[in-house]
Amino acid sequence: MQRRADAALAWGLVAPALVWTLLFFVLPLIAMAALSLTSQQGGVGIGNYLGFAENPVYRQALINSLEVTAIVTLLSVLLAYPFAWILAEMVPARWQRIVLLCAVLPFWTSYVVRSYSWLLVLAKNGVVNEALVAFRLVSAPLQLANTRMATIIGFVHFFVMLLTLTIFANLKQVSPSYRKAAADLGADPVRSFLFITLPLTLPGIMVGAFLTFVLAIGDYITPQILGGNNEILMPQLIMMQIGRRGDFPLASALSLVLMAVVTLAYVACARWLKIERA
Amino acid sequence: MTAPLVEIRGVSQSFGHIEAISNVSLSIAPGSYTVLLGPSGSGKTTLLSILGGFLTPTSGRVTIGGVDCTSLPPARRPTTTVFQDYALFPHMSVGGNVGFGLRMRGVARSERGRLAREALATVGLPDVFDRRPHQLSGGQRQRVALARALVVEPAVLLLDEPLGALDLKLRRQMQDELKALQKRVGAAFVHVTHDQEEAMALADQCVVMNHGRIEDEGPPDRVYARPASRFSAGFMGESTLMPFDVAAALPGLPPAPRDGAIAIRPENLRLERQPGLIALGEARVTTVVFQGSYKRVQAVSIVRPDLLFIARAEAGAAIAPGDICMPGCRPDDLIILSR
Amino acid sequence: MGAAVRLAASAYAVIILGFIFLPVATLVLFSLQATSFPIPPFTGPSLRWYGAVLSDTRLTAALANSLLVASLSSLVAVVLGFLSAWGFARFVLPRAALMRGLITLPLTVSYLMIGMGLLILFNTIGMPKSLLAAGLGHVVINLPLCFAIIYSQLGDHQITLERAARDLGASEARVLALITVPVMAPAIFASFFLSMTFSWDEFVISFLLTRFETTLPVEIWNLLRSGLTPKTNAIGSLVFAVSVVLAFALELLLIRRKPA
Repeated sequence: MQRRADAALAWGLVAPALVWTLLFFVLPLIAMAALSLTSQQGGVGIGNYLGFAENPVYRQALINSLEVTAIVTLLSVLLAYPFAWILAEMVPARWQRIVLLCAVLPFWTSYVVRSYSWLLVLAKNGVVNEALVAFRLVSAPLQLANTRMATIIGFVHFFVMLLTLTIFANLKQVSPSYRKAAADLGADPVRSFLFITLPLTLPGIMVGAFLTFVLAIGDYITPQILGGNNEILMPQLIMMQIGRRGDFPLASALSLVLMAVVTLAYVACARWLKIERA
Repeated sequence: MTAPLVEIRGVSQSFGHIEAISNVSLSIAPGSYTVLLGPSGSGKTTLLSILGGFLTPTSGRVTIGGVDCTSLPPARRPTTTVFQDYALFPHMSVGGNVGFGLRMRGVARSERGRLAREALATVGLPDVFDRRPHQLSGGQRQRVALARALVVEPAVLLLDEPLGALDLKLRRQMQDELKALQKRVGAAFVHVTHDQEEAMALADQCVVMNHGRIEDEGPPDRVYARPASRFSAGFMGESTLMPFDVAAALPGLPPAPRDGAIAIRPENLRLERQPGLIALGEARVTTVVFQGSYKRVQAVSIVRPDLLFIARAEAGAAIAPGDICMPGCRPDDLIILSR
Repeated sequence: MGAAVRLAASAYAVIILGFIFLPVATLVLFSLQATSFPIPPFTGPSLRWYGAVLSDTRLTAALANSLLVASLSSLVAVVLGFLSAWGFARFVLPRAALMRGLITLPLTVSYLMIGMGLLILFNTIGMPKSLLAAGLGHVVINLPLCFAIIYSQLGDHQITLERAARDLGASEARVLALITVPVMAPAIFASFFLSMTFSWDEFVISFLLTRFETTLPVEIWNLLRSGLTPKTNAIGSLVFAVSVVLAFALELLLIRRKPA
């Protein structure tokens, strides 16, 4: 009797969240998948997917997305690791959280506003160009905004922060005993870092890199504001189908292609994590 | 008398205003088993860290094998340490862990593997070479830590409370194994613990520390039978402690030193009048606790109510709280403490 | 660590921090621009553009909408997240791991997909674009977060506390009200504030699912389309200020609670 009441209570507690997820997350995705198999003119089939594979502009958008995201991930990791290391090792313990908070603070602006700020900074008569000209480093202002580089800078700005957080957290969690033991057994600081600290912080790097990849490849705002229309990335391509042409089936197909790429990355990451654990 | 392997002269260590160790001097003979014994805060772990090279003392000198090692980093000393949490590298196999020190010394991979397997066999774990530390039990990890420290053939092995995380039975077993291992390997072992039974079981030389100083030093049987101070008498086992004024109130006792006390070990305190014993007045039994092979008896003196007698009675003795007993001991069993 | 290494490290840290602060510093600086272009030279300080922001009814309406959508959707997300987390922790349900995975799944999907999916669904059932639609979408992105945070705090310790309370005679409802909610309060507040922050800042879903009445990020986006003026700087700086306040509230709630 009590068990029946318990079961009823249990289901009553978890049902709302489950129903919400099913209704407003799973169902829409199913609808999207179904729609992707139709065409704007009517008719059913994988026409949208074939269209994607055959259209060089569409294919290029995917390639652009992959290239940009890969560069962003790599750059962010390379810039963030030393920064996280300096924070964890060289800043006095009392100041670490405050410095970390300060480093994260600029990201508490609106994401749209943050990208817009970079546009200002990188504009022809923006801060960077004015400084370069003033210090005689260039003779005329450079075209920095509305380029792939601007998009990359905008992304790296955000993801360096994210990776600093994940790597910092990992570094703090590594027991100092390991380094003492390594030193005790004859390792100098460089070898101690290479053989002990770096491998032990690999999870932090991988989690941050994975998040970077997933968030960057699906982001519409940064490339749209900073990249201009010289180069189209996948999210921009998708939005274009919704906006001007109202071609939802194609947009759905393109979204699913993007999701497939992200899922592949997820599977690769999970596989790597399993290998690490074993 | 062979030259000492390790000489610690006048070593002090301060952390800010706190003096963790004050002017400590100690010699360690080659091939000996030294135990640093003391409560937490006594400085024993600090001293071990100084020996290992993880701390540079504020003053004093540390000489190992004739070489002044005071400021040498851990990598350049002939010491290795077994840490309290074992510190086995989680991302390497057991074989990788044990071979790490050899790898740092440039030993080739095949040779490393051979030596590592030998070391693991020595500590009784011949089959775990390819496993990961998280797959092993606490006792196994401890042995791997030992193997890792010993495979590089240090002159001195430092152990920081190595048996603290083990249950009682495993601890006793490991104590026996450590002692045997030390004899086999021949290195000097320096072992830090707060457990006086462990110290007595393992030590050739027992060093009792308190508040950053050495209170007492010597073979465990001597330190137990003839402790140098009240602290040592109280830390190395129990005793009935009679400070100067209390001792003066009992007519049969010789005079105690002014700042000192007289102590009697529980096994030497009899609870009935017998010829040849110094009488210590009458006492009322307050507690009787069965301990398996004996009964631990506490009794309060009727002459001096601030004097607590601690004695052992036979396991089958008919003694109960409220009984009146007549404590006494042989003159030889009196421990005269000057501080 | 050698002095040269320390110096190089400090220089590196300063450069990175400079890189991190550059856009925001520029933003705030030129929000105080006296003339009409948010680029050097700096002709301020002037509060003219803040005035323009506060008198722009579209912006202030959007601000109010953002707050409304953020607080309501966060509330729903926290309640759903808490109830389900407690349900999973307190009771043993069949296929629990699968269901928990389902609830946290939206974390792995980009907002663009979630927004698009909802747009298609709402189009199909004839539901118009509105703040409500955006709010529903925000619950979808925040529910997994609230659930994950609260569930991670409902460990064995918590369950033992509740068992002790039941042992002493409390009914389920009283255990929930007197033990669970108060002890879990920091986690509950933390997930609420985190949801507020994500919702407050969220663009893509709001962009796709609203039309006339919209949230602040979408309104700012519209402003951008019509040219770059210091007005955008001003609203951006205001948003930054609000976010900082939210961040500090989070910090105080989480950190000050620790000794308790």
